[in-house]
Amino acid sequence: MSRLEARPEPSRAMMLASPLIAAAAMLVSGSLLFLFLGQEPLHAFYVYFIAPLGSAYGIGELLLKATPLILCGVGLAIGFRANVHNIGADGQLTMGAVAAGAVALYFDGVEAPWVLPLMIVAGALGGLAWAALPALLRTRFNTSEILVSLMLVYVAYLFLGYLVHGPLRDPAGFNFPQSKMFGEAATLPLLMEGLRVNAAFILSLVAVAGAWFFCRHTFAGYRMQVSGMAPAAALYAGFSEPKNVWLAFMASGALAGVAGVGEVAGPLGQLQPSVSPGYGFAAIIVAYVGRLHPLGVLLASLLMSLLYIGGESAQIELQLPSAITGLFQGLLLFYLLAADLFIHYRFKPRTRVAPAASATPAASTQQSAPASAPTATETIQHES
Amino acid sequence: MEPILITEPQDPQAPLQPPPVRERVEPRLQLLGISKIYPSVVANADVDLTVMPGEIHAVLGENGAGKSTLMKMIYGVTRPDAGEIMWEGRQVHIGSPSAARRLGIGMVFQHFALFETLTVAENIALALDEKTTPAALAPRIRAVSEQYGLPLDPERRVHSMSVGERQRVEIVRCLLQSPRLLIMDEPTSVLTPDAVQKLFVSLRKLAAEGVSILYISHKLDEIQALCDKATVLRAGRVSGTAVPREETAHSLAELMIGGDLPTCSLVPRVPGAACLSIAGLDLKSGDPFGTHLQDIRLELRAGEITGLAGISGSGQQELLKALSGELPAPRADSIRILGRDAGRLDAAARRRLGLGFVPEERLGRGAVPALSLADNALLTGYLSGETGMLRNGLVRRGAVRAFADAVIERFKVKCGGAASAATSLSGGNLQKFIVGREIRLAPKVMVLAQPTWGVDIGAAMLIRQAIIDLRDQGVAVLVVSEELDELFMMCDRIAVLAKGRLSRAVPVAETSINQIGVWMSGDFDATHGADIKGDMHVQA
Amino acid sequence: MNPEYVIAFLASTAGAATPLVLASSGELVAERSGVMNLGLEGVMLVGAVAGFSATLHSGSIGLGLLAALAAGMAMALVFAVLVLTLQTNQVATGLALTLFGLGLSAFLGRDLVGQTVAPMPKLSIPLLSDLPFVGPLLFQFDAMVYVSLVVVALIAWVLARTRVGLLIRAVGEAPHSAHAIGMPVVKLRYATVLFGGALAGIGGAYMSLALTPMWVEGMTAGRGWIALAQVVFATWKPRGLLLGAYLFGGVTVLQFHGQGLGVAIPSEFLSMLPYLATIVVLVIICRNPQTILLNKPMSLGQSFKAD
Repeated sequence: MSRLEARPEPSRAMMLASPLIAAAAMLVSGSLLFLFLGQEPLHAFYVYFIAPLGSAYGIGELLLKATPLILCGVGLAIGFRANVHNIGADGQLTMGAVAAGAVALYFDGVEAPWVLPLMIVAGALGGLAWAALPALLRTRFNTSEILVSLMLVYVAYLFLGYLVHGPLRDPAGFNFPQSKMFGEAATLPLLMEGLRVNAAFILSLVAVAGAWFFCRHTFAGYRMQVSGMAPAAALYAGFSEPKNVWLAFMASGALAGVAGVGEVAGPLGQLQPSVSPGYGFAAIIVAYVGRLHPLGVLLASLLMSLLYIGGESAQIELQLPSAITGLFQGLLLFYLLAADLFIHYRFKPRTRVAPAASATPAASTQQSAPASAPTATETIQHES
Repeated sequence: MEPILITEPQDPQAPLQPPPVRERVEPRLQLLGISKIYPSVVANADVDLTVMPGEIHAVLGENGAGKSTLMKMIYGVTRPDAGEIMWEGRQVHIGSPSAARRLGIGMVFQHFALFETLTVAENIALALDEKTTPAALAPRIRAVSEQYGLPLDPERRVHSMSVGERQRVEIVRCLLQSPRLLIMDEPTSVLTPDAVQKLFVSLRKLAAEGVSILYISHKLDEIQALCDKATVLRAGRVSGTAVPREETAHSLAELMIGGDLPTCSLVPRVPGAACLSIAGLDLKSGDPFGTHLQDIRLELRAGEITGLAGISGSGQQELLKALSGELPAPRADSIRILGRDAGRLDAAARRRLGLGFVPEERLGRGAVPALSLADNALLTGYLSGETGMLRNGLVRRGAVRAFADAVIERFKVKCGGAASAATSLSGGNLQKFIVGREIRLAPKVMVLAQPTWGVDIGAAMLIRQAIIDLRDQGVAVLVVSEELDELFMMCDRIAVLAKGRLSRAVPVAETSINQIGVWMSGDFDATHGADIKGDMHVQA
Repeated sequence: MNPEYVIAFLASTAGAATPLVLASSGELVAERSGVMNLGLEGVMLVGAVAGFSATLHSGSIGLGLLAALAAGMAMALVFAVLVLTLQTNQVATGLALTLFGLGLSAFLGRDLVGQTVAPMPKLSIPLLSDLPFVGPLLFQFDAMVYVSLVVVALIAWVLARTRVGLLIRAVGEAPHSAHAIGMPVVKLRYATVLFGGALAGIGGAYMSLALTPMWVEGMTAGRGWIALAQVVFATWKPRGLLLGAYLFGGVTVLQFHGQGLGVAIPSEFLSMLPYLATIVVLVIICRNPQTILLNKPMSLGQSFKAD
């Protein structure tokens, strides 16, 4: 650590490079893992990462799995930028699925074009409502939104379990805990014949565009960014922290809810005891690896989706355990966090050419005024 | 000569003793050619410094000259990139603060290294290298603190102590380790003029016992009163050494900044109507260890600069937050801005009424460190309809950029353009940008907290002049500062904040530093006859 | 309602509380030094699978607990290196640790599903265990229950009365001041984080070795998160941990004994109770901002860089 020094300005090059470095490191670790599991690394690598992309069907699966990740990830990224940590996206996704499923089952048999849009709206509202709780508890009662939103994930899972075991169980389903299959009018149209990817993917792209516009061009996006970077500055400028918290949770909750609709009105076609293999949590990784930027989230979602699909095909073809996917995901985030170090630090150059004596940078003379007042920032300080 | 890491260990149980006398008088400390280079700046270049036993040696220089960095190297917090440190005739490498302490070097920091929730005894126990319990230390604390005129109660929790008392803890903590060299970094910035004199008595006593003292300051009058020798730093280099008593303010200033210390002055004028009034404000601090405000009454009038003096911790934080809108007042009418009740309005609403505010923390509050200057212009610039930064909730980057460029130009902010990050600017330049941003929004009431703290002299003068210009244009100005000299130089009238209460405001011409000094300890009713104003030296 | 049944119900509370007592007390020490480990859930899971696996293969519960301790420390070490040395964001790294732990434990335990070990034996204390009523209620637990209580008492004593405890508290309040006077801030935080990891690992193993002596993917079901909430509920004081953990234990056990106690709610809703209770408890503590301001270690969650 003593060979590292702080950069005067964060390195933009590293900000772009670190996700790539992290991905590369993960791939290398993956190869080592394959070796450890008795597989030929290159072949396993091919089966895991390359083969799925080789067919149209594979691409379709890639986009299909990426859809909920993009939807959740975009919403989470907006929140994380503002230091609002919605960890309960999987619960909001579940509740969105429940809401949409309820609509589908209520209007079962009705073949009208408004059923599907109504389901989407219901799903968004369901996720939004579920996200309102942590927002409320944080703004009114100062309670950590991380813990509250997380607790609600378990509650949501249990609620879904209750529904599919009880009130919403398919009477003709041989007592399996699942609902009736949704009708034609309650299913998302496929994008292409033969592929499973559906219209929800289009929605996810709209979300990416909307989020990009929001962050880059709107004042609300600016306010959230400042709030996350320097809460004291946000207060100084008169930005309302409660507003930011609500906005972050409403947006990510609604998007997660739509992701839930995408699952149950898509590949699942019904309500099941579990509607998500942890998309809401994988989306957290996606958000960070995507540098909290909508476009980055899109790319990271594709990578994460590849991890899911690769895991499935590796399980079938190579009998590799499906649990590796989770391992890879965790490793990816670890590597990203470690690589991020070099955005703010660099190795000390061997020799130093003394620049001409000049005014010292703020990082040198920055002192808060009275001796007892804390500095409002974590900037590295060199005092002159 | 082989470099050594530490000298003989000292007996921690022995009472404070004068250091041993050697055959010939070696300098206690000698720095030879010390340099320290950071990525973007040379903090110290080729610095020589010699301190004799029993000498009170000043290190003088304006903000940014390299004083603190030099002290950090002596105390082992950082290591020099070049040069040698000689301690009592032998070369040493000081690898850490504990190594420095083992040599016999103690340091009283400008920003105290204290733990608020712990008692005095616990704090001191933590810092001593010997493993004593707080209980065993208590009698020694009492003894030493009395001996040097800095009385302390070992059982008190630090958070209940004033800043001046906390400094005593820092000093006693050093004294308990029988230092041979004591470094004091800007010690008087937190003291009333009275307490400064008491401190000087303690320091002289120490010096008489053979302890060397390194006294870091930018206050010429104090250095002339206290110190035997001075080394002057300028832009990281030694610009000269002097015997302060034999120098004039002019010659010292010459060494410090290459010319006379600039001053500014006010053309007297009749103040206008009240623009901001605080009427009977009682406010509980949001910080459990903060100071509660009681019955604050103040009026800021157009075309007048009111100064607010007071030692740190008297309630300035709370009052400033109450004024800016970051802390809501209990009643809406306790604060009125231009005839409107503003006590419950947030910061944005108050700016719309015409309030401008420059906070004391630049990075993190006045500006967002990682954002560019342009993005930081938007931070408060959006509130003025005339800047055109917002339209229909969207940010117009062209207008934002133009505003930032205008501020940079008008206030001579040295930076890499409006796109450069706030952290890349020097303290003085960032402060100029923030002050300039607020001024450019044409406020009718302007509040500034410690406007020239940690700022080099050039920027400080520009900022002070800008504030005076504001006043001449009819703006009501409030300057909160811990530098009495600065307030006396640029204010029409002064009030004092002490222990959460505010004195009445008196015209500067009718009071003196001494009187204000007395008020700063809380006694608002004392008057000090016809006192001299005290030296009007401006510190950098 | 059968009195024997009630006693059994109350006694099982201790079992449910113990993993929490262990995990939250370890985390409390880490948080008092200023580090928040959001990865507790992952650490507990890895501890659970490591402990179970070691016991399965060696037949010794003691070895299992040791393995869990080591596994917990290893996970905590990864966290510590990232957060303390590489200066990564504590929240993101903690989340990463949880996700990694979920994946790693699933991976390590893939061949262990369905297998069982002999559960941790309940201790039989001469005289005390045979007392009517009080015996089964208080004195027929396995060793870990008693150990967990001792751990809490020990932590309370160390924090309040020893120099190490003073150092931890000081570092948690103001690491920069601590560093300025020469305290080894980073080393100390490594120690507290590893300590927290060790206890969390053991807490997880208690679940797979005593509560339900088998391994199931994700078997901690959020207890790591609840342990984090417990530290807040206890306002960072060790004595509060016991109350919170046993309260939670009671609520958890309700879901198994609901029917027996004559409660007619669908089991899923009973299962929700622990999580809802945690939320309620958090709200109660956090609603007054002064409570948090006065008790939360001031540097909690902020990264620290020495020059």
